[in-house]
Amino acid sequence: MTEIRARWRALRQAVGSRWDRQPKATKIGLLLVFVIFLYALPNRGFYEYLGLPLGEYIPLYTTRSDMATVLFQCGYFILLALGLNIVVGYAGMLDLGFFGFFAVGAYTIATLTSPRSKVFTEYNWLESPWPWIVALPLAVSLSLLAGVLLGWPVLRLRGDYLAIVTLGFAEMIRIVAQNNDWIFNGDRGIAEIAHPPGKNPDGTPIFLLDAKPYYWLVLTVIIAMVFLIRNLARSRVGRAWVAIREDEDAAELMGVPTYRFRLWAFAMGAGIGGLSGALWAGQIGFVNASTFRLEQSILVLAAVLLGGAGNIGGAILGGFLVIYVPEWLRSVGEVFGLPETVRIAGEPYDVSATNLRYLFFGIVLIVVMIFRPQGLWPNRRRAAELKDREKEAMVGA
Amino acid sequence: MPESPIEPQDASERDVTSERDAAPDARATVGVPPDPPEGASVPHPTPGRTPLLEVDDVTLRFGGVVALDKVNFTLYEGEILGLIGPNGAGKTTCFNAMTGVYTPTSGEIRFKGQKLSGRKRYKITKMGIARTFQNIRLFPEMTALENVMVGADAHHKTSVPSALLRLPRYWQEERSGRERSRELLDFVGVRRHDEAARNLSYGEQRRLEIARALATQPTLLCLDEPAAGFNPTEKDSLLQLIRDIRDTGVTVLLIEHDMRLVMGVTDRIVVLEFGKKIAEGSPAQVREDPKVIAAYLGVPADAA
Repeated sequence: MTEIRARWRALRQAVGSRWDRQPKATKIGLLLVFVIFLYALPNRGFYEYLGLPLGEYIPLYTTRSDMATVLFQCGYFILLALGLNIVVGYAGMLDLGFFGFFAVGAYTIATLTSPRSKVFTEYNWLESPWPWIVALPLAVSLSLLAGVLLGWPVLRLRGDYLAIVTLGFAEMIRIVAQNNDWIFNGDRGIAEIAHPPGKNPDGTPIFLLDAKPYYWLVLTVIIAMVFLIRNLARSRVGRAWVAIREDEDAAELMGVPTYRFRLWAFAMGAGIGGLSGALWAGQIGFVNASTFRLEQSILVLAAVLLGGAGNIGGAILGGFLVIYVPEWLRSVGEVFGLPETVRIAGEPYDVSATNLRYLFFGIVLIVVMIFRPQGLWPNRRRAAELKDREKEAMVGA
Repeated sequence: MPESPIEPQDASERDVTSERDAAPDARATVGVPPDPPEGASVPHPTPGRTPLLEVDDVTLRFGGVVALDKVNFTLYEGEILGLIGPNGAGKTTCFNAMTGVYTPTSGEIRFKGQKLSGRKRYKITKMGIARTFQNIRLFPEMTALENVMVGADAHHKTSVPSALLRLPRYWQEERSGRERSRELLDFVGVRRHDEAARNLSYGEQRRLEIARALATQPTLLCLDEPAAGFNPTEKDSLLQLIRDIRDTGVTVLLIEHDMRLVMGVTDRIVVLEFGKKIAEGSPAQVREDPKVIAAYLGVPADAA
């Protein structure tokens, strides 16, 4: 085990130093190639072109579900993870109700763009449904505002207390949406939500049933977000967040307005969560209350921790894996020729990979957390903090 | 959850346990004529008589423990004031009251004529009071340079919008902050700018704390036992550093146990014991003061 670890470390260092030694132009070029690869990912033709073994099974392709849809779902989850990473990874606050902001974004889009929303059918507050693109800024700002409003009283709390309050917030949004017939329409939900605008050369809308354009859209948004978040992290704001995480009292005494920066972190996270919700609502076309279950909030947190908190790459990796792995596991049974059912004492049991995928996924999560508690691709600095704390706990300091 | 105080304030325990330890050390240093390090013979520039910080009848209670009892003293612009006293006398508590960590139970502290109580801690820092900590409180995983830049950021205005879009203000503040921080690191003598703070040597960490505090552009710098754990050579260079800092126009308030250092560098000294001020004056006056000698050496039972 240790030998494997040592070898792995050596390999990683070799790759890392080689990457560092490349001139800037090469780095940018390689990144561009990678981005193009990402855009090509959902095309079946791309795999045929590469000469990959086609047929029932393609290595990366999720054969049991549409690859583009899976990738789109990964995309909006990556956005969520990026947002939560600011709150949890950078500013070090535990937020268990992050999906609540996703709900705010999705519901804003739904009520304003769907002709079936009660805003138009019953109350006639507005004359006609808004286009998706017009409602989008409002959705983002409303969720940002929700973040500020929730954070304003709550961020005076720390640690576990903060976690509990945020948990309550997400549940509150879900329950209000569920019981509220007045505008959110409960579990019956709101259908016919507008899609993003744009037309193909032949006049058909780009954004319809095919998930590929949505994936490309969300991928573009992710790339833009990565740039913006990187700018933040490498500025006064990012430094203040790290300082707050490492020693809040010392930070305050060195002139960091800690409360204001914590609130900013919370609001930025909420805004990105809302953006994700708006994109999702634009694709799926239907929202109802039962979408926003607590498990979703936990899953986003799991994504951030699995990937590695405090690192943009880690958040992306985590967000991708928590959606992609279960979907991909669906097709695993076929590949290895596993039986779909077994008979135990005469009774048939469904043991298909499709059915058991969350079991496998859970095992994977547990194993990762045991062997790599800092996450798969952590921030170097945050991993070191975690280690220090572990040592302190051991000597009982 | 109450905010954690900067210094564990267990005055009762400290009185019992640590005074014994402090006494022998004090005996060795107080009575003995000071051995002024070179440069000390140069007369200090006469400090101006403009009051910078006024501590006015400040009392601070923690339950039944009176940590500060009607403490009065004034700090004048441009001087180096020593704050000494046996362990548990209330020196660090006094610092904490000045920097807004504690609010005085009664009395008030004025800085440049303005009351400090009720102000946010970061605002007090912005007004011009900076401090270091007795037990080093750097940001351990940040580099030395980043630590100092956090201090320099105290007067910066870049916030989320300008950082997101990298507006001109971001570039300008980032560049000037970085330059200033590098200068300060060179000034205090920390060479490894890009090393994580936790990997620096103990002496470098103490100096880094001073650089970080200076980066907030203070008019008053409060040093809490900056020489703790230093060897004589390091103490001498620290002494020179404190003088250099004063010469740049910063007023210095110094808590220190090392009498040679205190006597060598300060213009005036305030002595605390059990939360009360027992003496104030020039180093020579304080050294002769029978109350101070008694506080440090203890009074024979029959003389009391």
